[in-house]
Amino acid sequence: MNSSAITVILSATIIAGTPILFAALGEILTERAGVLNLGVEGMMLVGAVAGFSTAVLTGSPWLGLISAMLAGGTMALIHGFLAISLRSSQVVSGLALTIFGTGLSGFLGKRYIGVSLKAPFVKIGIPLLKDLPFLGPVFFRHDAMVYISFLLVPVIWYYINRTRPGLNLKAVGENPSAADAAGINVFRTQYLHVFLGGALAGLGGAYLSLAYAPSWLENMTAGRGWIAVALVIFAAWDPLKALLGSYIFGGLDILGFRLQVLGVMVPSFFLKMLPYLFTVLVLVISTSRRSKYVWSGPGSLTKPYYREDR
Amino acid sequence: MKTRIVLEKVCVPKRRQLAYRILAVVLALVLGAAFLGVMGFSPMAIYRKMFGGAFGSKYGITETIVKTIPLMLAALGVSVAFRMKLWNIGAEGQLYMGCFAASWVALRFPGLPAYVMLPAMFMAGMLGGGLWALVPAVPRALFGTNETLSTLMLNYVAILWVDYLVFGPWKDPKGFNFPITPEFSEAAFLPAFGNSRVHIGLVFGVLIAAVLYIVLKYTKWGYEIRVIGESREAAEYAGMKVIKNILLVMFLSGALAGLAGMAEVSGITHRLQSGISPGYGYSAIIIAWLSRLNPWGIIVVAFLFAGLLVGGYSVQTIGLSASIATMLQGMILFFVLASEFFTEYRIKLVRREGVKNGE
Repeated sequence: MNSSAITVILSATIIAGTPILFAALGEILTERAGVLNLGVEGMMLVGAVAGFSTAVLTGSPWLGLISAMLAGGTMALIHGFLAISLRSSQVVSGLALTIFGTGLSGFLGKRYIGVSLKAPFVKIGIPLLKDLPFLGPVFFRHDAMVYISFLLVPVIWYYINRTRPGLNLKAVGENPSAADAAGINVFRTQYLHVFLGGALAGLGGAYLSLAYAPSWLENMTAGRGWIAVALVIFAAWDPLKALLGSYIFGGLDILGFRLQVLGVMVPSFFLKMLPYLFTVLVLVISTSRRSKYVWSGPGSLTKPYYREDR
Repeated sequence: MKTRIVLEKVCVPKRRQLAYRILAVVLALVLGAAFLGVMGFSPMAIYRKMFGGAFGSKYGITETIVKTIPLMLAALGVSVAFRMKLWNIGAEGQLYMGCFAASWVALRFPGLPAYVMLPAMFMAGMLGGGLWALVPAVPRALFGTNETLSTLMLNYVAILWVDYLVFGPWKDPKGFNFPITPEFSEAAFLPAFGNSRVHIGLVFGVLIAAVLYIVLKYTKWGYEIRVIGESREAAEYAGMKVIKNILLVMFLSGALAGLAGMAEVSGITHRLQSGISPGYGYSAIIIAWLSRLNPWGIIVVAFLFAGLLVGGYSVQTIGLSASIATMLQGMILFFVLASEFFTEYRIKLVRREGVKNGE
């Protein structure tokens, strides 16, 4: 394999990892607020169809992107209302959101099957950087959404770790009663981050329909939402590790696909299993050595907050 | 003067809870109709088509019963784990592993007579699903590893495993390159009722529901798993074997999902194929939840959900997507979840005047 083949594969890896990265970043924000949202797959699908239909109707992929974020965020608020205000089981409510989103997107998207997008996101090389040897073709010859994802990672990391609202967010996720006692509005923090999580999941879906494909297909996320949920654990709720994880997952996807094209069918199925098996392994290792690792996630994850219990 | 919302814990009688639940389903359907109306469709026409497709003809009812079987078996499995507050959402994968194990028996020993073949496939299906459920159950029992996510991840592994087999070594050489195995020998077909596709798996389902009902309600073991679900500490203090029970319950839960898979390959498709379940394992979770883990309730809800599924297929004939059924499933679950809140709490508006009180 020569060096240009390697850059092609790495560049494809980044593209394959990008929708997962958006969704995982969103889920990190949501889970940091103590809310587990298993509806990522559904929110991505609704984001994908909302973004695609808006882009088809208006001719602008940017308006599509905004509409995808609003759609994903609105979906997430359904889960937020059930999980935060009505204290429903977050597992069941999240599953319901995935099922609902799968159905809703299939229903709304029916008329867009086979429709082509006049103006999808196109690849734009970044001046100067695109001519760097090796790094240029791998990182700097993508579409605008990939660059947005590059920017979002440090921004979200900084937000969580270095800003006041980010610290409040962590406090709410770790110990909502303590945060409440310190004057933080727990419910507002949770609702806001559930919404942001959904908006980012919608963005991840829109990446598929506006840049990756670019077209609408029923169930086009094909399990990427679930991978994002798994990735959040793998990344220990850290945006930087999520970036790395997304590209590993994306890389395995590309590798499996390439092998399949070469006619090596068999190992591609096993390659595709790896991310899931690895996530299970991470889950087991992180819990079996509880004292050494801080890999257990936000303290109040999946537990609804009862204000009266104070 | 300010008003404040206060939640008060209440105890709602069982009959009222059921009424709330039914009301929730009705509201979900009304909202679904409103949505369809806004989108420019005629909701009544769609609902009528769905209802007619699922229950309006002999063929429709037969298909609905056919789909009830895997939903019911998998939901019974899920309900056993949920009773112990083990969030096994891996029924889909366990179902696939049941398909795999049962198909292995049928394909590996095609010459067996039916009276050996069917019991062997039955056992294999249960073992396949049960052992697959033990994979996440062992770390859950020993270290407390979150089973929600690990069971979910293993679904994908199981589906990919079956795909590997039907695209690879088990592919039917005469199957025109479709991802299917050769058809089983006739000894491996579950007996059906008359000429219909309704097979004897229906009887298994009802029998298992009855046994579960009795065991969970009247035996010491049924009581134990409920206690362990409520509080592991209390159960350990009372001398109950928590680890053993987690393993046992997860095995049983997976085994029933595996049986659902065995029933599909042996009763319906007569071969293993890619995408053998359109998400029965996920619907099973909703069914178990909607029926509050009651085995009889599961039979009824599984039947209604199967109707929704079959009805969804029938709207395709008027040019709509079958995903209407999936969408309605999600909406029903939202409303039922919301209704549960009102069986536990009452919202009271409290006026407070001047100085803060009650804080």
